[in-house]
Order: sequence, then structure tokens, then C-alpha cells
Amino acid sequence: MADASIAPAAIAGMFDLLSPSPPGWGGNLLRGLLNSLQIAFGAFGMGLLIGTVGAYGKLYGGPVVRDIAAIYTTIVRAVPELVLILLLYYAGTDLINRILEGIGYQRVDISGLVAGIVVLGFVQGAYATEVLRGAIKAIPQGEIEAARAYGMSPTLMMRRITLPAMLPHALPGLANLWLISTKDTALLAVVGFSELTLVTRQAAGTTKAYFLFFIAAGALYLLITLFSNVILAKVEKWARRGMPSVKEAR
Amino acid sequence: MVETPLETPIETFPIHKDSYTSGQTRKFPPHRIVLILIGLALIASAVFFMRWNWLPDYGDLILHGLWRTLWILVVTVILGFLLAVPLGLAQAAGPAILAVPARIFCTIIRGTPLLLQLWLLYYGLGSLFPQYPWIRSSELWPYLRQAWPYAVLALTLSYAGYEGEVMRGAFAGVPKGQLESARAFGMRRFTIFRRIWLPQAIHRALPTLAGEAVLQLKSTPLVATITVVDLYSVASRVRQDTFITYEPLLLLAAGYLVITGIIVFLFRRLEKLIPSKLG
Repeated sequence: MADASIAPAAIAGMFDLLSPSPPGWGGNLLRGLLNSLQIAFGAFGMGLLIGTVGAYGKLYGGPVVRDIAAIYTTIVRAVPELVLILLLYYAGTDLINRILEGIGYQRVDISGLVAGIVVLGFVQGAYATEVLRGAIKAIPQGEIEAARAYGMSPTLMMRRITLPAMLPHALPGLANLWLISTKDTALLAVVGFSELTLVTRQAAGTTKAYFLFFIAAGALYLLITLFSNVILAKVEKWARRGMPSVKEAR
Repeated sequence: MVETPLETPIETFPIHKDSYTSGQTRKFPPHRIVLILIGLALIASAVFFMRWNWLPDYGDLILHGLWRTLWILVVTVILGFLLAVPLGLAQAAGPAILAVPARIFCTIIRGTPLLLQLWLLYYGLGSLFPQYPWIRSSELWPYLRQAWPYAVLALTLSYAGYEGEVMRGAFAGVPKGQLESARAFGMRRFTIFRRIWLPQAIHRALPTLAGEAVLQLKSTPLVATITVVDLYSVASRVRQDTFITYEPLLLLAAGYLVITGIIVFLFRRLEKLIPSKLG
């Protein structure tokens, strides 16, 4: 880039390419970003649900439940996300359609959004299971025993004691998972879902301005990460209120 | 992760028993045997009822892909680690002029998806290089026209970014007294680094390094998107050629499971080589 290829006119041209109105691709990029964020939120939420169930299953479940949870987390964490996405994406939609045809309904097109959320949520669930299991084990167990001694039902105990008490221990891991979730949405580009990375590639391929668009998309992802970090630090501070700070505890 | 002191649980209820305590005594309780049998039955039905007749035709390609995947994994992990050591050191103990760029590098790598970095390097640099005649005429050009240098570069940088952060923590975690006593022995700064600081930091980072190596293995299929023929791309090839979708993907998943197992096993052996005392 040492030669005079970046003249003021070229810079103006760059901003034209990124402008949100139709001749520019900025609007498309932002729509892709919105899709990515939707999937990231959905997958993270679903991962939390699966993770809570999985963690409870691993800690308090019977021997069969424990083994099944262990198989789930081991396999999902050992196989590349890309392979899982392809397997679940094809197999999942195929299976649902076969079942629907079996009962006598028509085939349905499962939207990329739903499929993406389910597939990534399934992957996130395995990691969330491990994070939450560790966090529940880090609660002073006397608190749980006290709750039991008060005669709390399991759901009440979960709502009042276990979940709030484990939150500070779980948050660093969950924050990591959220960041992974935002970045894993890029993998859905491979199955053709038009999230930020795929839209970027289309824009770059059409205009031949590869560096411009990939760097712009990278900046968007980075913004999400940095913004999330600020929010997550606030949430962690709130969850750890009343506890000794990490530095003092050392 | 925040290390919180675990209160020792009072063993009045069996709720504290994790799989470790109960599973260690009897490894094959009846339910587990049933689960293993179900698993074997699933595998057997997969072998007998699914189509595997494509397998012999693609045997060579699979081996080729496996070799390429392992090769990329090993090379990028080693190169990435070599890059991560200075990155971690700069952040842990370097002057601001080194620490700030290292931190920015790690943040950018960790803040953007690997797929995007890969495509940026491959399509971006790949479209930039041919514009310069001196690059086209250089001896490196035959390599730069291929896809794998970009794959290796992107995966190396990615591993270095993640690992640099780990090494920062590991370097910072080595007790100060160790370094001070090394200095009191009259060691030179490089000797301190080579004999005391680096070995202890690597020891601290080893469990994380194992995890990162598995993550790196799981990132390797991304290189298939820039036309590098690895294990994963063989599965897509089979799908395109024969319209068989599930069998290659299942085989692929099993293959990655095995490689992950091997990595974890190797790192465990490595960890056992270093004597350690549990505090």
C-alpha cells in the first residue's frame, strides 16, 4: 500500500462503498450484523437453558442422567463446531421434515435463523453445562444445606439460593461464552445463512474491495466484543457486590 | 477464572458426591454397561444400515486430508506458541511501547471471528499481491499462489493471540521470589528467563495449552473454506460427488473425537513429566 493507490478520491470512494443507502453496502452489513446478533442472543439464551439443566443433571441427577450429560458435553466439545453445525443443520431439518411427512403434514422450510439458533445453542449448551457445574460447586455447600433444612422445594431453592449464589462464580465463564457465541455466528456463513461474515464476503466479492469490507466487518465484531466487555464488567461488579474483590481475595 | 476457596462439604447427604468419587470405585456399574451396549448397537447399526461403499474410493483422499489437518495443527500450534511467548512477556513485563501493541494485537485477534481473519488474509492479501510485479517475479510467488500459506498464517496468528493472553497470565503468575533469588544467584536476565521464568510459566499454562490445542484442532476445518484440502473438505467432496450427507460427516466427527483424545492424552503425559506438588 506504499504507492499512491490511496488518494483522497479513493478514500471518498471507500466511504461511498460503505454508505448505508443502496449503492453502498453499509446497509447490507448492518442487516447482517443484526442477524448475527439475533443468533448470538438466541444461541446464548438456549445455551444457558441447556447448561442449567445439564449442570443440575451432572450434579444431582441419577447415574444414567450423569453419564448421558457427560457424553453430551464430551462429544460436543471435542468435535469442531463446523462439523456439528453441518450435521445438525442437515440432519435436523431433514429429520423434522421426515417426521412431518410421516404424520401427514407438508414439508416446512425451517428458517436459517431458527436452525442457526438451535444448532449454536446446542453447542453452547455443552460449554455452559461445564461452566455452571463448576459455579454451583463453588457455592459454599452449607448455604444449600441450610436451604434444604428450611424445607425449600427444589425450584424455590434454585431460584432463591443456587442461581443467585453461583452467578458471581459463573459470570467470567459465561462472559467468555457470550463472546464465543458472537464469533461462532460467523460459522453459519458456511451453511449459507446471510449473517455478517457472509454478507461481507458477498460485498467484497462484488466490489473487489476485499480489505475494506473485511476490515469494516472486523471492526463491527470488535465493537460488539468491546461493548460487551464493558457491560459484562458492570454485571460482574453487580453480581459480586458485597463479596471481597478478586485482588483482596488473593 | 476466579479461584474461590471451596468450603469442605460435610458428608451428610450424598448430594456432594460428584462422578469422580462414585465413579472411581466401580468403573462399570450396570447402567454404564447398558449405555455402552446401546452405544455399540448404534455404531453397529450405523455400520450395517448406512452406505459406506464410497469409503474405498476416497481412502487415499481421507489419509491425505488427515495428514494435512495434523500437519497444519502441529505447525500452527508450534509457531503460534513461539509467537505467544514474546506477546505474553511484553504484556506481563514489557515497557508500554511493547505492551500496548501486544495487547492491541491480542484484543483484535480475540475479538473477531477466525473465519473473518482467514478470509481477510486469503482474499485480501491474495487480491493485493498480484498487483505488484516484484512479488509475482519473486521466488515466493509459487507458494503465495496456493491457499495453505494463508491458512497457516491465519491459524498461527489466531493461536498466538489467544495463547499470548494465557502466557501473560502465566508469566505474571510466577512468584516474584523465584526471579529475585535467580538474580541473587547472579544469573543474567536471559538466563533467568530461560532457566526460571519460562519453564515455570509453561508449567502453569500447560492445562490451558492443552485446551487451546483442542480448540485449534476444532478451528482447522475452517481452512476448507479457502480451498485447502483437509480432513473436513474430504467430507464435503464426498457429499458433492455422491450426495451422501450423513455418513462422511459422522465419520469426520468420530475422526476429530479420536484426534482430540490423542491430544488430551499427549498433554497429560507432558504434564506428568513435570513433577509438581499440590499445595
